[in-house]
Formats: sequence, C-alpha cells, structure tokens
Amino acid sequence: MPLQVAGEILSIKKVGAYQAVTVIAPGIPELTRPGHFLAVQVGGPESSMLLRRAFAIYDVKDRGVYGGTVEFVFSVHGKGTAWLSQRRAGDKLDVVGPLGKPFRLPKSAVNVTLVGGGYGTAPLLPLAAALRERGCRVDIVLGAGGSDRLFGLLDAKRMADSVAVTTDDGSSGTRGRVSDVLPAVLDKSQADVVYACGPMAMLRAVSDIAAARGIPCQVAVEESMACGIGVCMTCVLPVVGEDGLTRMVRSCVEGPVFLGDRVRWDDVGTVPADAVGAPRA
Amino acid sequence: MTDMSTTLAGVTFPNPVFTASGCAAAGRELDQFFDVTQIGGVVTKSIMLNARSGRATPRMAETPSGMLNSIGLQGPGIEEFLTKDLAWLEKRGARAVVSIAGGSVEDYALLAQKLRGHKAVSMVEVNISCPNVEDRGQVFACDPRASSNVVDAVRRNTTPGIPVFAKLSPDVTDITTIARACVDAGADGLSVINTLLGMVIDTTTMRPALAGLTGGLSGPAIRPVAVRFVWQVHQALPHVPILGMGGIRTGLDALEFVLAGASAVSVGTTVFGDPTAPVRVLAELQQALEQRGIARLADAVGLAHRPPETYVPERPDPVGDELVSTDVFEEHS
Repeated sequence: MPLQVAGEILSIKKVGAYQAVTVIAPGIPELTRPGHFLAVQVGGPESSMLLRRAFAIYDVKDRGVYGGTVEFVFSVHGKGTAWLSQRRAGDKLDVVGPLGKPFRLPKSAVNVTLVGGGYGTAPLLPLAAALRERGCRVDIVLGAGGSDRLFGLLDAKRMADSVAVTTDDGSSGTRGRVSDVLPAVLDKSQADVVYACGPMAMLRAVSDIAAARGIPCQVAVEESMACGIGVCMTCVLPVVGEDGLTRMVRSCVEGPVFLGDRVRWDDVGTVPADAVGAPRA
Repeated sequence: MTDMSTTLAGVTFPNPVFTASGCAAAGRELDQFFDVTQIGGVVTKSIMLNARSGRATPRMAETPSGMLNSIGLQGPGIEEFLTKDLAWLEKRGARAVVSIAGGSVEDYALLAQKLRGHKAVSMVEVNISCPNVEDRGQVFACDPRASSNVVDAVRRNTTPGIPVFAKLSPDVTDITTIARACVDAGADGLSVINTLLGMVIDTTTMRPALAGLTGGLSGPAIRPVAVRFVWQVHQALPHVPILGMGGIRTGLDALEFVLAGASAVSVGTTVFGDPTAPVRVLAELQQALEQRGIARLADAVGLAHRPPETYVPERPDPVGDELVSTDVFEEHS
C-alpha cells in the first residue's frame, strides 16, 4: 500500500552525470522492495507541472537520526528534472511510494545475472544485495553511453562475483553494448535468472538473449506516466498474459517489472491487432 | 459547520466533491490514499459495452498547468465492470456515478439497461463526447439532435429516480443549445465540461506528440473556460443541477464553480499529481464557505449570478461582530 509523504530532502549529490536525492519519507522504506518506484511532485505547490515524475528506488534506510529515508537517482531530461536538480538539503519534496510490482526473487540460491543501463542500475543494486543474502551467485553487466553515465560501478564490484562494463564510446570497459558481452557472461556464470533495468532497447536485447537460452528474465520498464498509481491509463504496453492473450497493461501497477518474454517488444508503442479490445479493421 | 450536503435531481449526497471520469479508474486505486466513501461520489471511467484496448502510446503530453490525453476509452467492457469494479464500489460502500460511452444510440441504451436496478449506482453520467459510428464519426456532443437521442435512450432505460447527467463538450459553438437539447430529452442534470481538443507538436521529432495526434486538454489551464461554461449553462437553465469540472485544484477553485452555478464538482487531473486531492479540496471548500459565513453549500450555488447591489464582502471576518447573515442569499434561491 503506497503512501503520500510530504518529505524533506536530506541530501542531493552529483554522481557522475546523474544526481542522487535522499528524501526523509517515514513509512516508505519499510514497504519498499527492489524494483519499486517513487512518484515525485515537481515544481512546488503552485507549479504549472501537474504530473509526478517516476523514479526507481535506489536505496532505503528504515531508521536513522531523521527517520526513514528513500534515495533515487535521476538525470536532467526536461523541466521537471531540471527543477529537481536545483533542490537543496532541507527543501520539501512530496513523494508517493512505494509503487508498482517489485522484482520477484528466486526461491533458492541460484546463479543470477543483473544487467543495468545508465541509471537503470540503481534498483539493481539493492536487488543484488537481497540476492546475495539468499546465497545467489551474482554477476553484473553495466552499460552506458560513457564512463560518467555508468552508475554504481563500485557497489557492483563490491557485491558481485564478476562485473562486466560496456560503454558506447569505449571510455570504460568494452566499447559497445551490454548485449555484446552478455552471452559470454551468461555462459560463464551459468546463469539461471536474468534481471534488467535500463532503456527499452536494451531491455529488449537482454530479453531476446535470455529467451534464446531459455533463461527466465525479469525487466523493469520505463514508460511515460502521468499518475504512477494506476488511474490515468497512459503508461500501457502490450503484454501477453498467462492465458496467452495480449492486453494493454499499465506499467505502473502491473509493472514496472515484467517477464521479458511476455512483453511484445516489436509492438511497444502500438496496439497489436490481436490485443484484447483492439479496434477491428 | 457548513452543511455540505448537496441534492442532485432528488438524490442527496453528503458533500459536493466527486472524482472525475477517467481520472479515478473505479476508485480502488485512490482508496489506498483516502477513504473513497468520504467524498460525494466516485465517478468511474467511461465504460463501453465491450472490452477496448484504447489507443497507441504516447497517450499523454504535459502542457503548462495541464495535460493532453488520448487514452481512447480503454476499459474492460460493461460485464467485467459490473462484476469487478461496481461490485467493489458496492462492497466498499462508495456512491458510484457510472459514466457510460458508446458508438451508437443503441450502445448507450444497452449500457443503461445493464446498470438498471443495480444498487450501487447513485447516478449515471453520459459521456456524449464519443464519435457516432452511424454518423461518419461525428461526435454526439456536437449535435443537439444526436445528444438528445442518446440522452433519451439512457433516460428511458435507467432506473427511475436515478439521475442521468449528460457530460457536455466545450468544443461547440453554443453550449446552451446542446444543454437544452439534453434536458428536453430527459437529462436530470449536466456535467460541465469535458476536455477541450488540443494538440502538441514534439519539436524534436517534429511530429505530433501523441500517437492519436490530438487529445483532450485538462487541468487548471482550462479552469476559466470551464467556469465560464458553468456560468452560461446555469444562466440559461437555472433549475438544472450542474456537476462542474475543469482544472479544480483547491477548495477555492471548487468554490468558483459553485458560485458560477455548480451544485457539485469533480476533481480530475489534479488527482494524477496529488492522489489525496479530492478530500483536501472538500476540506478547503468547507473552510472557505465557513469563512464566508455561508451555512449551507446549497446557498452558495449560483451566488455569483446575483445582482451587484446584493454584494457581500468577499472575506467577512469570521470572528468579527457582524457576521454576514445568510439572509441576504435568500433573494437568489
């Protein structure tokens, strides 16, 4: 059950090309699991920006001097995130969370590969910690445009059995995409499960690679949202249900975590003709 | 304590703040944030006869103090709505205002029949801003005759005593013509207004931002337009109850609609950014009425239409010696 909390910023710091914000938001940390997200009000109470911005939750601390805190990572994309980047410690920030369905954890100590693109790595780090606690082998693949857009590399190295890095410009690790190195990582680690978070094109590539090997894969998608709580119907994408039927499902409440092979990647952005309730030609 | 109850065509609601169709699903998600039985009613997302996938994405673009949406009436269809959504509202004890949408007069008639006799339905709102498949996709709400046919069909198939409200589109030349046509056809009240058709061009892709090209504009950006329509409809049809909506964000925004002639209001787009907005707006509206010495919400409905000589100080001092007597309002009501 999500909460709406009139929070206060405890800290805001630059991390490479990104910024990480920690918000005092009592009640939210206790409810949060890896993969949950937060919807953040931007622009203040009189703002002309009515819609919340959604961010994957990075870290939570359920106790401390200031009470529970929740941390998320963002990159300046537009006016809302530009406003957010100007906030300072002590500023008010209204947050709603935790939202969405989190990653499902394997029941036993299996071999797990995590794939993060850009700041999409943020929710994978608490996931890695949870998986390690269960005794899983954890291998991590991180990719980004350049080294300043790799997030959480040190944490990843600390937690994972192996870390592979790719950058588009070759400024760190292998020049190229995560999909270039992923097959070798999966083979070497004998991965049983794959988790991924990052841009849609990356999620699709990772899903395809996992599917080709018959490895179950969970992906956290990023769709444009207006509300984050399931009432606006803007963040839909075509997903195949257990009954084999495709529906336009809300990524905010039915996701953001989906099984990679259930998402109709070719059809994202469209309504497939065979979707439930699709217009008849 | 101001009496916040409001009576819409014979049905009394404990207070005048409702959700808006398409901005609250069927209440279940918002019930996580506030008790949906505490507001006047939950106006559900327009339901059609059959399941509908809606339009492709992107379906939304944020605009200054507003947003553009082109969802395309995605929904499960009336049968699943009855067994899941309406059943939940009934169990929860919420007052449901069911919004219906169709592509033909017959669709609307069948939808009304499906709802007939259902205990949880407090009111029916007819979304007439839909393309008429039998008339080259012409929107019902833009034509008095088509609007009239739909309202007549719904009224005839709805449980007697359950109010039928027609939701008017602002994209018309003269809203009062449509309003009269709806009322003459049996509408017990009017919901004013639906979204305004708009468009955003993405200057990066240099293409329309929405997959559906155009979308409905909502949010505080349209509030003055909505207030004007409520004013005009109330002036033309002073005895017809109005459910007012369009960019309500605060209790004072809601008060503007009430003063213009609305007996109740819907809080819509604001919910997306502030899920507890309906209960906040209700508390703020009540406080605003109390500060103005207004004993009953009903006394404030349409008050802005009174002649200037009955001027009442805008903010009487609530602890002052001379509280504004509510007597001055009787002339209007």
